[in-house]
Amino acid sequence: MEWTKHLLIVPILLPMITGAALLLIDELRHTLKALLSVASTVLLLLTAVALLRMADAAPDAGPALSTAYAVADWPAPFAIVLVLDRLSALMLALTAVLALASLVYSTARWHAAGPHFHTLLQFMLMGLGGAFLTGDLFNLFVFFEVTLAASYGLLLHGSGAFRVRAGLHYIAINLAASLLFLIGVSLIYGTAGTLNMADLAVRLPAVPAEDQTLLRAGIAILGTAFLVKAGMWPLCFWLPSAYMAAAAPVAAIFVVLTKVGTYVLLRLSLLLFGPATVDAGGFGGTVLLWGGMATIAFATFGVLASQAMGRLAGYSVLISSGTLLAAVGIGNSAVVSGALFYLVSSTLSVAAFFMLIELVERAREPAADVLAVTLEAYGGEADESEEHEDEEVGVAMPGALAVLGISFGCVAILLAGLPPLSGFIAKFSMLTGMLNPGGLGAQAAIPGHIWLLVALVILSGLAALIAMMRTGIRTFWAPLEVIIPRVLVVEVAPILALLALCMYLAVQGGAMLSYTNAAADALHAPSTYIQGVMGTGQPQGASR
Amino acid sequence: MELTLAIAIGVLTGSGVWLVLRPRTYQLVIGLSLLSYAVNLFIFSMGRLRVGAAPVLDGASAANPADYADPLPQALVLTAIVIGFATTALLLVVLLVARGLTRNDHVDGRESS
Repeated sequence: MEWTKHLLIVPILLPMITGAALLLIDELRHTLKALLSVASTVLLLLTAVALLRMADAAPDAGPALSTAYAVADWPAPFAIVLVLDRLSALMLALTAVLALASLVYSTARWHAAGPHFHTLLQFMLMGLGGAFLTGDLFNLFVFFEVTLAASYGLLLHGSGAFRVRAGLHYIAINLAASLLFLIGVSLIYGTAGTLNMADLAVRLPAVPAEDQTLLRAGIAILGTAFLVKAGMWPLCFWLPSAYMAAAAPVAAIFVVLTKVGTYVLLRLSLLLFGPATVDAGGFGGTVLLWGGMATIAFATFGVLASQAMGRLAGYSVLISSGTLLAAVGIGNSAVVSGALFYLVSSTLSVAAFFMLIELVERAREPAADVLAVTLEAYGGEADESEEHEDEEVGVAMPGALAVLGISFGCVAILLAGLPPLSGFIAKFSMLTGMLNPGGLGAQAAIPGHIWLLVALVILSGLAALIAMMRTGIRTFWAPLEVIIPRVLVVEVAPILALLALCMYLAVQGGAMLSYTNAAADALHAPSTYIQGVMGTGQPQGASR
Repeated sequence: MELTLAIAIGVLTGSGVWLVLRPRTYQLVIGLSLLSYAVNLFIFSMGRLRVGAAPVLDGASAANPADYADPLPQALVLTAIVIGFATTALLLVVLLVARGLTRNDHVDGRESS
């Protein structure tokens, strides 16, 4: 069992080595690069699944809910640790699934649209893996920057004026947010004297009273940086344009980027200010709750107002972000468990949607569109990216329109949260948690703002359904002359796989929910996490 | 020394924020650079200001930590500087591309009328 410990470093090393090796291969050998990249991502997915099983294998009794890996075997509070628990394992697996899907999709045409697509993607995976696994705030910053630096390149992949303009805004916003991140981190170090998350949680109560305000300010500034990435209103105006401008496979993998911010907020707010700590009030929970609700409301209007499908998908990302932030703000274990389920389900479905959009738009003749004029005015410029069609080889999908239509319907059902797909179970379990704050059966008063949140979550689903139906009718039923798009199997297969995974999640809802329950419970009892991290160094150091 | 450093950080931050809010891409780059200088100084100051204290233990004798400067913020600043350099360089490339594609240097790619 000793070697399995080293699996923790694989999600960082594997993409890094692959990405670096791909740099050495000539740009013209697309097939070779794609093969290597896919093979590496498959390995990554297998590792992530193994880690998922490892995190879940911990018995209910034992305290070993989180495994920590001391990089270079330095003891915990002094050096960087990687920490695996159910939450990080889940995020890793989700990332690997999305990466594989978008990678396979990109092999149809996008990966050849510009240099170094595969390298950038692998570096981004490295950053994401590191961000999910690290147990150190400054290390988190470094991995965040790796992810972002790769994402700048990926967003600009394929070029074009619209993409460059959106990319400029995206880079500027993220650079500013990174500076906030640094200010927050240094304030925390200056007052608490540590950057290890577990150590910070231990030291937090012992910080002298005159420094507490400064420490809170640091944490709040840090939180603001994550809120920019997670896209909380009013920090989210960059998001729809950037996601719309990105190439389809890139947008699909970008969906998980907003979830990094949410992940860190979830982890830190429960670790540092969870119910088990001194100030159980939940620092900043109110901000997250109301900010999340404002985001849902803003994104609901955005979804209804969107003319272009890319923008619609961008606002769906925001709805999902807002719902998650509000759920984190409530901080109730049952709500967080539902929110984790929702995170997986919504990420998969929005990613499938982004990939689907490009295929569906091939079926539309822009000139025949009744709304062509308004589309032009409100950001239909994404069509500039269509210069790349032609010269594609590969197996075309038979019955393309039917497959696309059914997939579109599935995505609509998933986004709206209707049964029978996983979106319904996710929203249902979240709402159950919100309406039963004291656990099932216990009669407890439900505050007014929770009712407001419940209403917003349901209304946002309705809005998503209306918008999707309108778009679907306009795309699949309204055109008199149906253009059968030429769609390749490798393009449809990842979408179908993601949707099938959502269906599987719905069928396996019980198993999945018990996993997220365990994850949420572990988050609410951070002592196991702290023990897992702080306990690592000593026994190893003693054995030497 | 504290006052000088505080004023320097303040002036850098103020100028940086003002420049970032300007509409020209060049002003944006300079603004972000100034902001990152301010942040780097700020990180450095979080290790407390010391004069004439080495950050690295010599290892020969039993050392008193109070005689040394905190090495961690210095390491952090170094990392932050490197990352800041790289991202600024990337931003510059994007600016040049945007300049070429849109034929003006407004951040939105067109003059606001």
